[in-house]
Amino acid sequence: MKNSIVRSVVGVLVVLALAMVPGGAPIEAQGKGTVKIATQSPLSGGQAALGEGIKLGAQLAVEKFKGPLEKMGFKVEFVPYDDQAKPDVGVSNSKNIIADKDILAIIGHLNSGVAIPSSEVYKEVSLAMISPANTNPTVTDRKYTNVNRVCGRDDVQGVVGSEFAKSLTVKSVYVIHDKTPYGQGVAEFFRDDAKKKGLNVLGFEGTEEKSNFDPIVTPIRARNPDLIYFGGIYDQGAPFFKQAREKGVKSKFMGPDGMDSSDLAKIAGKNVVGMYYTSAAGPASALPKAKQFVEDFKKKFGKNPEPYAAEAYDAATVALKAIEAAAKGGKAPAREDVSVAVRKVKLAGITGDIEFDGKGDRKKALYFVLQVASDDPQKWGDNKIVKQLAIAPPSATAQK
Amino acid sequence: MDLPLLLGILPQVLLDGLILGFMYALIALGYTMVYGVLEFINFAHSEIFIVGAFVGVELLLGLKSAGLLDALPWPLVLVLVLVAGMAASGVLAVTVERVAYRPLRHAPRLIPLISAIGISFFLQDAIRLFESLWRNAFNLVYPTMDVLNVRFELTQTVDVSVKSLVVIVAALAMLGVLHLLVNRTKVGTAIRAVAEDQAAASLMGINVNRIISLTFLIGGAMGGAAGVLFGVQYGLINPYTGFIPGLKAFTAAVLGGIGNIPGAMLGGLVLGLLEALAASYLSLLTGGAFGAEYKDIFAFSVLIVILIFRPKGLLGEVIRGRA
Amino acid sequence: MIIQSALAVAAVAVSSTAVATFPRSVLAFLAFQAAVLFVYLARVPRWLRIGLLGLALLVLMPLIGAYNGYYLEVATQVGIFVALALGLNIVVGLAGLLDLGYVAFFAVGAYSWAIPGSPHGNEIFGSGFPLPPSTFYLFLLVGLLVAAGTGVLLGLPVLRLHGDYLAIVTLGFGEVIRVLANNLDKPINLTNGPKGITPIGRPPAPFGLPYGEYFYFLVLLIVAIVILVNRRLEDSHIGRAWEAIREDEVAAQAMGVPLVRAKLLAFACGASFAGVMGVVFSAKQLFINPESFTFLESIGVLSMVILGGMGSIPGAVLGAMAVTVLNLQVLKGFSLWLNELKNAGVTILGFNLADLPTQFEPAKYERMIFGIILVLMMIFRPQGILPARRRQRELR
Repeated sequence: MKNSIVRSVVGVLVVLALAMVPGGAPIEAQGKGTVKIATQSPLSGGQAALGEGIKLGAQLAVEKFKGPLEKMGFKVEFVPYDDQAKPDVGVSNSKNIIADKDILAIIGHLNSGVAIPSSEVYKEVSLAMISPANTNPTVTDRKYTNVNRVCGRDDVQGVVGSEFAKSLTVKSVYVIHDKTPYGQGVAEFFRDDAKKKGLNVLGFEGTEEKSNFDPIVTPIRARNPDLIYFGGIYDQGAPFFKQAREKGVKSKFMGPDGMDSSDLAKIAGKNVVGMYYTSAAGPASALPKAKQFVEDFKKKFGKNPEPYAAEAYDAATVALKAIEAAAKGGKAPAREDVSVAVRKVKLAGITGDIEFDGKGDRKKALYFVLQVASDDPQKWGDNKIVKQLAIAPPSATAQK
Repeated sequence: MDLPLLLGILPQVLLDGLILGFMYALIALGYTMVYGVLEFINFAHSEIFIVGAFVGVELLLGLKSAGLLDALPWPLVLVLVLVAGMAASGVLAVTVERVAYRPLRHAPRLIPLISAIGISFFLQDAIRLFESLWRNAFNLVYPTMDVLNVRFELTQTVDVSVKSLVVIVAALAMLGVLHLLVNRTKVGTAIRAVAEDQAAASLMGINVNRIISLTFLIGGAMGGAAGVLFGVQYGLINPYTGFIPGLKAFTAAVLGGIGNIPGAMLGGLVLGLLEALAASYLSLLTGGAFGAEYKDIFAFSVLIVILIFRPKGLLGEVIRGRA
Repeated sequence: MIIQSALAVAAVAVSSTAVATFPRSVLAFLAFQAAVLFVYLARVPRWLRIGLLGLALLVLMPLIGAYNGYYLEVATQVGIFVALALGLNIVVGLAGLLDLGYVAFFAVGAYSWAIPGSPHGNEIFGSGFPLPPSTFYLFLLVGLLVAAGTGVLLGLPVLRLHGDYLAIVTLGFGEVIRVLANNLDKPINLTNGPKGITPIGRPPAPFGLPYGEYFYFLVLLIVAIVILVNRRLEDSHIGRAWEAIREDEVAAQAMGVPLVRAKLLAFACGASFAGVMGVVFSAKQLFINPESFTFLESIGVLSMVILGGMGSIPGAVLGAMAVTVLNLQVLKGFSLWLNELKNAGVTILGFNLADLPTQFEPAKYERMIFGIILVLMMIFRPQGILPARRRQRELR
């Protein structure tokens, strides 16, 4: 027994020794070297759809805007990593990423729980991280020089929502969230601000349920709030709103940018026509750039972009611009220089004008409140802007 | 506390719980069939179940694009889809047994469990790969048949939709058929014999492998039917949707007494009611301190308490002798 | 013996040179790991084995880590999971109690340092937090005790349950702990809910070690202690009692094995290892939230135990190593390599990989391959990679 194990281990050793050379040798770079942009997001498991949206959005941007860098003589590569939405996997990937000296920027993550420990690793080497999706205030409140985000903050978006709710002259609201850092975060800020503005918050509940919302809807129906706010993502929000409306709930519906997906209309159909959602990404119909993005995305990948794909696209564009700026000398830039350059980038992106403040938040994010216009997912781009608000993020001390 | 409000929603909450319970019961039947015969938790059943849902949605979408969805009478469509889902899941279950469990029949009990977990991982991503190639989609939406969405008002505060009624009827029918099959037919006798003692059964001229395949076929078909009904009821599926309901149904099967067919039904109903009551009432009763997010804790705590007093589940294990 | 000794020395020498030459090659590092494994298993004199293992783990590995911190991270995570697998091995492998919620103890340990070790403690107890980072060492003990206590707490009500009933209750328990952690931000903010706790304090590293190296050595030390305790336990009175319970509970009781005490001890021992590692994990990550403690983690640890060979200490070690390395390194390395080929536009059989549709992105299918490997392993080596000797004798 033991001998056969020993023999097989020897066998493995020999095979490995033989296989080592081709696998290990880095593929020869052309010209001045290789510049890599990596993404980290869940590509497998239950959150894969959103994670893949991030990957595809970034990939599209890299392919579209790598021209200038290639002209400077660099080979530009795109490297997707799967963090499986698990913090331990994310950290191990991060260590692998910082060991690859060619990687100069990282676009990620989806989950704040993965982003925070991973960014501690990026910080060791000042690797620029630009997050498309981590709205948790903690991400930037640590004031790391290498950590930035394109998306808004929970504490801003929730407030935008309640501000709009107030302007609808609703009196009572019911708040539901998905128990994720994102959904609960937005919902809490919505609730707190709504209370401050004198709205009657009838209930505040979380649920991890994805399919059956009957038991939650029943008490809501009995209490008949004027507006229901769902802090979460469309794949949970849409079934919830659908089941609520089918069960006869007449309240107005509202949600954060996690609802900004044509799949919301595809899943919930006519039940969500007239629903409101807040978003930093403008609708394709109003912004030509956003329209172009949706068309490019569809052409390349054959489907509509998920939420955060647009943010990932902008994040990757910022990264490329920063690398370009840092590489002005003609040499591949150092990571610190890229991180510094990211903070100096001014970009008119598809999610508005992007410019980072000292913490890595966007200086002033433009928020839209949109209203679902049609039950046809193809017409998602026709959703109307009902309100626009430009809001700067609060300073770190002001949170809570 | 608002007593009229609390009492006013009670009938609806109980009804919601029953519908959810029947859903769990349908899925639990698959776990219980296999467990009853092999004493083995078919961990991949949640994926076998969701495959039924996917076959169902594909057929419905096919019918829709052919313009037949509204042309054919809805009960016919429903039966067609159910049969397709059952066939696909049944065949898949038999294949999985043949490939991943049969070689391990005599291994220690935990070995097939890990194999089943492996199959479960594999199937999730295999479905995802297939759907991303075929439809380039992750979430699939069940096409709506308007008849199924009609709601009957039983009283002013209680109503029920046609699709929920379909779930209840189907669950009761399948329980009945399964019960008759196991207890009143020759095949059922063979299944019970194999459950009792494989060696002795094979000495009596029973083809044990065939009976085990048959058990998986039946269990898988139940899962497939549950998958289709799940899709019709809740409308949205993705390759990972099956996991949580599978876990809950497995819990229900254990709660009722695993291997016990009426037990699976009872366990499902109890679990469904517990969840519905917790999700609806916790927030109201505690003034918002606790809410629907505690429903699983509530359900699992009750489960633990029940099992302390009835360590073999509510109805006990009656695999042997009667199924 | 001489040939194997020479081979062992050569394997360590060659593989470490390979790592030094190709610091980014996953395969070189794998070869190094295989060499360490070979030394562990080969028939070599005791002094040589200890010497080589010491050299590899205490000197070479940290040196490699200085080249490439990623490998040190992998090695540290392997260590963490080895301790978890050894803990679960006591419960499942030795005592035969199927536990599907093991990660709950890991979570309990992690939170028992995260709360007092971060400013979050002030939300509960008023002021005075975070505690000075040097109390971390004390909290290793606290984490151990809290987790062991939780183990007894779980053990008490489920003593009468067997087999799959036990499995479902432990599964439920694991979920209860996770959901509690996710929800206890109100009415009292104990865990800060899904937003998690950060920054968690780290003890000052001695000798000015970088934190990567520090946590590697700390985990290595704990793993060494855990292995030692395990070996002692296995041959002790209580270890034999556990195995007796696993084989036949009624007979064991008839022979005078105190069932209640033995079972509770199994839960407590298994849980305590996870508790200690939880404390280390929270300090190493600087941040924890309930996402780290899902049911899938429990399943992962269980698969390590069974893959390695139930009830066997080397088996659990190897199983943890194999699964962790496979997930963090081999599958990732493979998909990165495919991605490199794709970026380079390599052509295979006339098909340009650059045209590969995004649906086939290799990084997306790591879990699928892991699933296939699990099934194949079970079919072709159901007793595990390194089965327990006593089991082996039974199987013959």
